[in-house]
Amino acid sequence: MNFRKYLKVYKKFLHTSLASELEYKTNILVDLITAILSLVGSIFLLSIFFQNDGYIGGWKFEQALIIQAIYTILNGITNTWFNPNLTEIVKHIREGTLDFVLLKPIDSQFFISLKKINPSGFLEIMLGFLLLFFCIRINQINLNISFMTLSSITISCSICILYSLWFFISTTTIWFVKTWNAIEVLRSFLYIGRFPLNSFSFSLRIFFSVFIPIAFITTIPSEVFLGLSVLWKILLEVVVAAVFLITSRKFWLFAIKFYSSASS
Amino acid sequence: MISNLIKRKIFTLLKVQYSNMLEYRVEIALWAISGIIPFFMLNIWTNNNLNESINISDVLLSRYFLCAFFVRQFSVVWVVFSFEEDSLMGKVSPYLIQPLNPFFRYFAQHLAEQITRFPFALIIAFFFFIFNPESIWIPNLGILLLSIVSTFFSFLIQFLIQSIVACLCFWTEKASSIERLLFIPTLFLSGLLAPVISFPSYVKSWIYLTPFPYLIDFPANLLSGNETNISGGLSMQILWIFLLFPLFKKIWSEGTKKYTAMGS
Repeated sequence: MNFRKYLKVYKKFLHTSLASELEYKTNILVDLITAILSLVGSIFLLSIFFQNDGYIGGWKFEQALIIQAIYTILNGITNTWFNPNLTEIVKHIREGTLDFVLLKPIDSQFFISLKKINPSGFLEIMLGFLLLFFCIRINQINLNISFMTLSSITISCSICILYSLWFFISTTTIWFVKTWNAIEVLRSFLYIGRFPLNSFSFSLRIFFSVFIPIAFITTIPSEVFLGLSVLWKILLEVVVAAVFLITSRKFWLFAIKFYSSASS
Repeated sequence: MISNLIKRKIFTLLKVQYSNMLEYRVEIALWAISGIIPFFMLNIWTNNNLNESINISDVLLSRYFLCAFFVRQFSVVWVVFSFEEDSLMGKVSPYLIQPLNPFFRYFAQHLAEQITRFPFALIIAFFFFIFNPESIWIPNLGILLLSIVSTFFSFLIQFLIQSIVACLCFWTEKASSIERLLFIPTLFLSGLLAPVISFPSYVKSWIYLTPFPYLIDFPANLLSGNETNISGGLSMQILWIFLLFPLFKKIWSEGTKKYTAMGS
């Protein structure tokens, strides 16, 4: 593993994909409006839920907004990196172009996961951070070093889990060819990451922490922000993230063995 | 004579597309699963007793969300994405030569997909009833027929809107981002995530003038036996279809004049 080589290659990736995406400038504007409207829509939905008595699952509206903010940031990251790249795997396998990727003297997972970038997702990430800062103010969270480290650790773990989930499902394409829709299923499941886990019934809570760890993705970082989190939960998230990353890597290496190029 | 010809054409198109869709059964099953968001929403509603504020009993609310799921299953439209791909790849040119508007092809594709999807939707409903046995009900035949008609109208409205957006491909090439923008109000205002009756009054005052509540909320209320204005809803749906259809014809004829095939 030559770190500097990979950095250099990544710079080239950035350059080429930014150049091609900036061809469609109006598209980026439309995507910005979409991101804003989508955030307004989910806050609107949230406000409907709080009409009754001001609490859902023990969370106040201001606290639930933090979850929205973290969800928006993570969704922006998904739209910037995961979505454009990992949906491409499906295309590579259907058209047999995965051969060219495997032949290159570079790690195939690195190439496949980072080749493209969609700049309009950046706007969503910024929007999420704006909302997050707003939440920090209205919830009167004081920023200190331990809080900053804990929140960045949990958020990066969430990103790792999210990446592994996406990568895991995309990899199954090697056997099933068309898993584009499996990604849609994942997307709809991820949708519940917008709400506090405690607002769901017990069985769903178990499902979303054991089978698909969406609970870890948004709820634990938000608890860190509110100072409600206990240490074992944070440690658990780190462990889950590590397990997911390692398994998804192993799974990819395992899956490539079954890749038989197109027409063979 | 002419009507006979059209009938034969439509029948052939449907048959071809249906066998095409049956090839990808797993894919369609996954599509059906990806539509289960209403059930997660129902879980939040009932688990936090949010329905107290809008005076709908648990049973009626669960029926509402089940019907919302069904209506959504049979009114999903993706014509923009198909048309965009075909137009970017230059596949539209041969379609234009044929004595049949290419949108009939897409229309048949959607109908065929709905037929394929039907058994999967039934299976999901079956599981829903296992978990919520108290919400089983049998709507009377008249209501059932009316709600099938209104679901079809909802599908038609969405198909027309998306076809209009798809025609923008003649000008901008990437029309799907506009569709993604339009999808946001559809998602939040149509009643898929929360019944329109629960919306705050500053939204309810104007929302019934837009097409959104007639896409999911109205047919779902009708089918689930919740209170709704049947004749008003149906006539609004018909009104929107009559408004959108000439617009589509206009933009289609303008667009085809503008269309230049690949490489010219």
